[in-house]
Amino acid sequence: MSRSALTGSRIRERRSMMEMRQADLARHVGISASYLNLIEHNRRRIGGKLLMDIASALQIEPAALSEGAEAHLVARLREAAADGGKRTEIERVDEFAGRFPGWAELVVEKQRRIAALERTVEVLTDRLTHDPFLSAALHDILTAVASIRSTSSILVETPELEPEWRGRFQRNINEDSQRLSEASRSLVSYLDGVDDIDASSTSPQEELEAFLATHDFHFPDLEESPTEETINQLINGVDLLRSTSAQALAVSHLTQYVQDAQRLPLTRLRSVLGTYGLDPSALAANTGVDLPLLFRRLAALPKELEYGPIGLVVCDASGTLIFRKQIEGFPLPRFGAACPLWPLFRALSQPMMPLMMDLTQAGRGAGHFRSYSIAQAVGDVSFGKSMRFEASMLVIPEEAGVEKDYELVGVSCRICPSATCGARREPSILAEGF
Amino acid sequence: MGKRVLLIEDEPNIIEAISFILSRDGWDVDTHANGIDAVDKVIARQPDLVILDVMLPGRSGFDILRDLRAHDGTAALPVLMLTARGQTKDRETAKALGVSRFMTKPFSNAEVLESVRSLANGVEAPQ
Repeated sequence: MSRSALTGSRIRERRSMMEMRQADLARHVGISASYLNLIEHNRRRIGGKLLMDIASALQIEPAALSEGAEAHLVARLREAAADGGKRTEIERVDEFAGRFPGWAELVVEKQRRIAALERTVEVLTDRLTHDPFLSAALHDILTAVASIRSTSSILVETPELEPEWRGRFQRNINEDSQRLSEASRSLVSYLDGVDDIDASSTSPQEELEAFLATHDFHFPDLEESPTEETINQLINGVDLLRSTSAQALAVSHLTQYVQDAQRLPLTRLRSVLGTYGLDPSALAANTGVDLPLLFRRLAALPKELEYGPIGLVVCDASGTLIFRKQIEGFPLPRFGAACPLWPLFRALSQPMMPLMMDLTQAGRGAGHFRSYSIAQAVGDVSFGKSMRFEASMLVIPEEAGVEKDYELVGVSCRICPSATCGARREPSILAEGF
Repeated sequence: MGKRVLLIEDEPNIIEAISFILSRDGWDVDTHANGIDAVDKVIARQPDLVILDVMLPGRSGFDILRDLRAHDGTAALPVLMLTARGQTKDRETAKALGVSRFMTKPFSNAEVLESVRSLANGVEAPQ
């Protein structure tokens, strides 16, 4: 059944709701009842004036009966089925959406809610497992408790304890209790910020990313003739850049931004984008810049140019992510190591070799992305010195429905549902939980 | 002189408390507070048992344990590992590396004593 068939089902549904006889509606719009019957049973396509007339008779917007809304709903239902509905009658999805639009919307809404909750669980689990602050705070607390417990036991269980030892252990308990109280207060303050998961930054890199996100990763003031003062004005007094480390990272990032903008000005980039579209190879060839610089400029495009979300992730030679611009449908780990199947890491083993790969993330609503990766030496390159490499991966969403082979990747092993992955480092919390 | 225990731990108050209870129990306690040269210290001191913290400055207790097990003179040395990280993964790591016993903080003095006694000398305290 084609997607256009949905319109007929919706007409029938709406007419029934209004308790209107088929013959009455047919007469109202000037067609035979038998023809309307064919339309309602999705055996005749419908559009144009007739659709408008029927919508008018049914007191509903034509768009509500037309394919656009239905196609969107059907696409969302297909995603829901792909996420785990092994026994869904996928071949009847059009019929389901057409005959039971309310239920279909509910399924889609629930699917969206589940995805949001899964993301919350992932972030919190990731944090509990890898968050260096949380780990250090808990270590301090447990160490202080261990010391207090051991020392107080000695005081209670050793009545003959010499005064000198007694005094020393009492001082130790006093010290440890102060440490415990400070560590507890610090932990509570930290956990208070967990309510807003996305806004809660715990590392200088996260502070930087939160700051960049508030600017949509684009800085108009740095595009043309900025001075050092321009950068200072952008970061001075910004609440999101609390730590001096984050401020230093911001200065470094924005300095790089200025250098990139000077080598590939926005006007030039707009021009070649207009000619070649989002084709990094053609864009690099026609602007004379290297791919990592081009990736950074594409990831910093202003929203008004309407090239859609463009993600970027950069890692150093150890595989540690040193820059993240996340886009919807392709989450990046906040802590710990990323999925080893990412072409970003493959690029590290093939320096200077551009890699293009189509990706989809396991358990992620079957979103599809095209990725471009390359590893390149950074810093000064000279004889007798070892080179330092960084890899960059640009991630661009693809239109739904493009039929091709997509490489299945994840976020990180701990929160990846792909049970049979050969690259798995550790069990997933999602394999059984969801 | 009692049997020798080397306590490798960087928290001064825990060092003091454990040293006290073991000394009162008849053990000859030596201490060391960093991970960098901990293996050298063990080899030099040749203790009957090592109490080893996991999180140490310079080097983790896991790395130290791995080196001890790879060294002929310390491959069979009883090692009691102390950690504030009680995660299954850490426990499994320690077990895979050949730890003799694994104990999470906060522990009781009685647990530490019982473990040290049973690891070093069956169930009897050294005299």
